[in-house]
Parts: sequence; structure tokens; C-alpha cells
Amino acid sequence: MTQPHLVNMQGVSKSFGGIHAVKGIDLTLDAGEVVAVLGHNGAGKSTLMKMLAGAYQRDLGDIQVHGQSVALSSPAEAHDLGIETIYQTLALADNLDASANLFLGREIAWRFGPFRVMDQARMRDQTAQVIARLNPHFDALDVPCRSLSGGQRQTIAIARALQFDARILIMDEPTAALGPHETAMVADLTRRLKSQGLGIFLISHDVHDVFDLADRFIVMKGGQEVGSGRISEVTKDEVLGMVIMGRCPAQIRPGPGASMLDEHGAQT
Amino acid sequence: MKLGTEGARILSLLALLAVIAVGFHIASGGLFLTPRNIYNLVVQTSVVAIMATGMTFVIVTRNIDLSVGSSLGLIGMVIALVQIKWLPGDAAWNWPLSILAGLACGALIGAWNGLWVAYARVPSFVVTLGGLLIFRGMAFETAQGRTLAPFQDGYLVFGGGIQGAIGESASWMVGLVGVALYAVTQVVAHLRAARMSRNEPVRRRVLKVLAVLLVMGAFVWIMNAYNLPRSDIGRGIPVPALVLIAIVLMMEWIGRATTFGRHSYAIGGGMEASRLVGINTRKTVFFVYVLMGVLAAVAAVIATARLNAGTSSTGELLELSVIAAAVIGGVSLSGGRGSVAAAVIGALVIQSLDSGMVLVGASSSMRMIAIGLILTIAVFADNQFAREAKE
Repeated sequence: MTQPHLVNMQGVSKSFGGIHAVKGIDLTLDAGEVVAVLGHNGAGKSTLMKMLAGAYQRDLGDIQVHGQSVALSSPAEAHDLGIETIYQTLALADNLDASANLFLGREIAWRFGPFRVMDQARMRDQTAQVIARLNPHFDALDVPCRSLSGGQRQTIAIARALQFDARILIMDEPTAALGPHETAMVADLTRRLKSQGLGIFLISHDVHDVFDLADRFIVMKGGQEVGSGRISEVTKDEVLGMVIMGRCPAQIRPGPGASMLDEHGAQT
Repeated sequence: MKLGTEGARILSLLALLAVIAVGFHIASGGLFLTPRNIYNLVVQTSVVAIMATGMTFVIVTRNIDLSVGSSLGLIGMVIALVQIKWLPGDAAWNWPLSILAGLACGALIGAWNGLWVAYARVPSFVVTLGGLLIFRGMAFETAQGRTLAPFQDGYLVFGGGIQGAIGESASWMVGLVGVALYAVTQVVAHLRAARMSRNEPVRRRVLKVLAVLLVMGAFVWIMNAYNLPRSDIGRGIPVPALVLIAIVLMMEWIGRATTFGRHSYAIGGGMEASRLVGINTRKTVFFVYVLMGVLAAVAAVIATARLNAGTSSTGELLELSVIAAAVIGGVSLSGGRGSVAAAVIGALVIQSLDSGMVLVGASSSMRMIAIGLILTIAVFADNQFAREAKE
């Protein structure tokens, strides 16, 4: 019997008020693999990933994690399955400090009557440790996030995803707000996590960002799949053509979102 | 730094309070800083301050509650109805039961507001503006506008009147136990920090304990210096002040130490982020309103016991004082920022201004103008402060 996929999505769909944001997407992810999810803004890639993260509920389709069908009705359920997400918006509460954000929604706490009392000293210590591994120069632990730089805020968002032993990591445009040095840091980190056996979805609108990091890719357009395959099968220009024109190269099996070519090579 | 800026805010509020006190003391020819005036000030402040602690949470989640004054009125009528009309007047369990009924009524009112705001997604301004009318109308309907009086003697203790203080020796006991408990928490916190091998200067903790000792000593001394009428027996700490202190401690603890408090702040600072990390934002906002309702009930007990009557107009316009207290205390209307302690000091500032102006003979219209000006200036100063903190 073959090993089940880490993630197996079949026919996943989601619409918002009659608009199909995601339509019939099939996608798999295995351990130790980086899969790039590419497409323009509004192509549906973030919506697809938010369904995996439990932030949106799918209308149709099945998602299996480790071969088990899962409901993914809340972010908490996704967390319990080892699915962590680094959102494009970073999802930080700007008025709280690093440790509060790192453990937000998953505080170390014990029950006291109707309340849960936090162990702030322990959360702060663990925060200091995990952040020091990522960025040794980070010393602004007690400062509200709003007064931190883009790179520091990104560090907190990444640290949050790593803190809880993720097995599946979703990175939504992880380098959009970063300078070249920090971008390289994120690339290194992605490779390291991959070698540790995590499955990673890397969402990007920029083909160059992910071409060197990803093993496989899927291109989305208008909520549908244009095509998917191994990065080694395609060139950057071909993938760009898929993202921009929806034009699927011959060696790639076209999805329902691909524009068809007639015998003269013109798009229909 | 989070503590640092909040600490600075509280210190500047205390400085403002000192200026007001000394200013009115001089202007009134020595009437303001007397045990009698300070005792009454504390009792008067407690109703607004208790609700301001709950309003802090409401505003921190980026909501508002305009219905607290009407809620207080309705709850007061429910307590009066239960205690005076429904239950037998000679039963010892009468007034405690009526207070329980009031607390339950407060929780229900809070749940009503919370359901509409958190689950039906109606803007809190609209929901609680509706509540302001609904609850005031219901307060009238409970007894067709009649005044219900008198309450039982045991109940009047909460009003802080002649029977409403705990006496000299009990006051010293309370003060002593309070300081001792505070010292213990500081020692525990220090040992804990030491175990985490984090070196923190002992001197700061010692200074904190000394400051609490000083404030507590002065407070008890002043409350004991105000004598019962025609006697030299000191009154001691008024019961409403004890209730207020207990509630401030509880609310500060909820805000700082519990996940509920942290999630409230997170929702105010980033609603979408809070949802994405898996916080149940609806449930949190719902319970913030329930808490506000229960605190309105506590305030209703004190307000009606002070009046020794339940009237349907009790607490009219009080929502404005409560919101003003929180805002002067630096609770940001854009959400996510503010502390319970500062809101309580904000309530003290408003009450001091009001009572100071009474002492210098200002008319009620002049008092309204002055408090309105202070509110506007406070928010202006706070915006400047926030802008500087950002830069």
C-alpha cells in the first residue's frame, strides 16, 4: 500500500456571493516537498490556502490530511492537525508584543474558574528562544508590534508557525515585505524546513521568487487550475505564460482554467 | 515598554488629579482636601468607576456601550421590585436574594447587547443606543414610574452612608492585609523571575511595596478621620470603596493575566488577525458585554442603596460619565489600548472636578461646560501622545 499524501485536496470549491473564487481544485502535498501555488492577485490561491488553514470553509470537495478526511472548520482545528500558516498580512495584533502574538489563541495557560490564567514568563522565554534561532539581532521582545520593522514583524509571524511543530506549512507571499537579505533568510529557512520533512505550500504571484525553491507547482487563474507539474519540466517563461495568459505548454496536462488554442495558435 | 507607557499615563493622570485637588482646595478656602470631602468623593466615584472598568474592556474590543446608564436604572428597579414588593420584608435572605436577581438581570442585559453585537453583527453604537431607550422604558414599566422605597437596612450598607462603612479597626485590618498580600505577590514574582534566571533589581519591588503601604496608610487614615455624626468615632473605609477596590483588582487581573483579557486586547488591535489565529472573537466580545452588564448591576446596588429608593430615572446620562472616565483615562476609542486602573483614575478626575466646582459654588451648567472641555482636551492630548509613541 502506498503512503497517503500529507495533504490531498479533491475538487475543492468556494464561492463568495455567486463568484467562484476557487473552482474544483485538485492538489496534493507530500512530506519534504515544496509546492508553489502561483497566479495573479485574485486568482484564488490565497482563498484555497485559507480553506486548508481553516480560516474559510469550503463549499464543495474533500481535503485529506494523512489520508483522513478532515472538516477544517476553524483555524484551531487546522492547528491541531499540524497545519501552520504565515499569512501575507502576517496576522499580527499590532498593539501586542512578540510573545503575546506568538502564542495568540494558543497561550500557555491553566484553568482557573471560568478563566484561563497565562504563564507569561514561560511564553516570553520560549519566544526569546525561537526568535533568537531565526534572527539573533532581534531584541525588541517587549515592544508592541506596530513599532517594529517589516522584517521583525515577519520574523514573529514565521516564529509563530515554527513554534508549534508544524508538519504542513503554508507561506503566503512570505517575502513580499522583505529586503534582499531577509528574502535570502526566508529561502534558507524554507530549504531547512523541507529537509526536516515538512510539506510546504509556497504562495506567490512572482514566479522568480519560488522557481529555485519549489519541487512542484500549480498555476491558478480565475479560481481554476491552468496546469500543474514538476518545476523541472518547465522554464520560467512557460510558467509566466501560464500565470499571465493562462497558456499551458505542451508537456503539461492543461487544467480547466487553461485557455484553449485553435489550430492557428490563436487563443479562443 | 508596554508597561512603561501605561505607567507614564497613570502618573500623569495622578499629577492632574493632584493639581485639581490642590487648586480647588485653595479656591474653596480649604474645603476640598478634608476627610469629609474625600470620603464623599470616593463614594460618589465608585458607581462611575465600577462601570468604567467594564467599559474599558468594551472600548478595548473597539465597541461601545451607550446603554449602561439605562441598564443601571432597570437593574435598580428589578432589585427594588424583588426586595420591596415580591419577597417578604422580614426575611434575612431577602436583600441578598434581590442582589442576586440584580446580577442575573445585569448578565441578561449584557447577553442581549452581546448577542446583537457579536453574533448578529449590528454595530455596537446602534445596538446599545437602542438599549439605552429599551432599558429606560422597561425601568419605567416595572413600576409604572413609581418610586419604590425603603430598602432593608442590610442593603443600605452598600450605599456608603451612615451605616455604610466598616469602622476604624476593621479599616486598619483591611489596609494591613492588603499591603501584606501585595508584598507576598511581589516576593513570589521575584522568586519566579529568579528561577527563570532573569535578574531583576530588588529595589524596584521594595519601592512598589512601600508606595502601596504609603497610599493604603494615607487612605485608611483619611477615611478614619471622618467621624460619624455627633461623635468622635471614625467611619473607616466605605463599603462601596471596598467593592470598587475588589472589582479593580479583579478586572486588572482579567486584563493582564487571563486569555480572555488578552484576546479582548487582540481583537481591538487586529480583528482579522485574531480570527486567523483561531480566537473565538464572537464569544469573546459576547462575554465582554456580559461582564459589562454584571458590573452595571454592581453599580446599581451601590447607586440605589445610596438613594435608599428605586426610581426609574436612576442613572440617567451616566453612560456619558462612564465613557468620559474611560477616555480621560486614555482608553483608545480606536480599540486595543487602555487599562482598567487608568479608567478608574479617569473617573476620579471627573468626580473631583465636579465636586470641586460644587465647593467653589459653580452652577451645574458651568460644571457641564468644564467637564466637556476637559474631555475634549484629554482626547486631543491622548492623540498627540499616541502619535509620539508611534514615531
